[in-house]
Amino acid sequence: MELLIFYPIAGLCVALALGVIFNTSPVGSAMCLIGMMLGLSGIFVLLQAHFIAILQIIIYAGAIMVLFMFVIMLLNLKESAGADWVSRDKNLFISILTGVLAVGILYKLVDITFMAKLDSPAELPDTFGTVATVGEALFTDYVLPFEVASLLLLAAMIGAVVLAKPKLD
Amino acid sequence: MLEGSVPLAHYLTLSAVLFVIGIVGVLVRRNVIVVFMSIEIMLNAVNISLIAFDNYLNLTNGQIFSFMVMCVAAAEVSVGLAIIIAVHRNKPTVNLDEFNLLKW
Repeated sequence: MELLIFYPIAGLCVALALGVIFNTSPVGSAMCLIGMMLGLSGIFVLLQAHFIAILQIIIYAGAIMVLFMFVIMLLNLKESAGADWVSRDKNLFISILTGVLAVGILYKLVDITFMAKLDSPAELPDTFGTVATVGEALFTDYVLPFEVASLLLLAAMIGAVVLAKPKLD
Repeated sequence: MLEGSVPLAHYLTLSAVLFVIGIVGVLVRRNVIVVFMSIEIMLNAVNISLIAFDNYLNLTNGQIFSFMVMCVAAAEVSVGLAIIIAVHRNKPTVNLDEFNLLKW
């Protein structure tokens, strides 16, 4: 039953992700990305990480994508003409070399992953992924990263305000 | 065939596929906004991996990490889009190939 839910959602996510990079208009890309975020939150629900699924919708599909839409609107972006997909022949040799090396590394990684034996508990507890469980870990073991994240967000907020100002005085 | 729970490998495959799509988007597209969106796709792909392992091993760490990834993504998007607006004010284009002052 779970597989029956997983495959359509996964297929939808991949199709929409392809839509993001194949769309010629930025608004279309953004719409596809919103759909992909919603699909991914479905995947997270399937993984029983309910808290992260809700955060995915609120932060990504809500806040971040609205920001993208605002910028697309501010810059008044239309359909991009022609020269959007570029292949750089100058870099052909380096590209092929990096590609081959990356495939080799990935092959080795997959090999190691299949050799590894991770012991999975037979059954997940009911409390897995609830706000209480995640919050408890967040405010006990990970309280320092949590505070640092707040500093990061403050710095990003100030930075965005300063950068978007027309002229520094 | 379609019974039972989803194996870990399926989630990891989905994550890898989405990550590669994001990389292709960053490498091939020249529109700044679309490149940014491709970066978001990559961050999300990593989140799937983290939470899949979390579910598999019954931990909480991966969920905390993906929470932090979301924080960083929010910060990155707000600053990045502000930079795009500031650059667009000086040079009204979104084509990355035209910003070549720092290339050698």
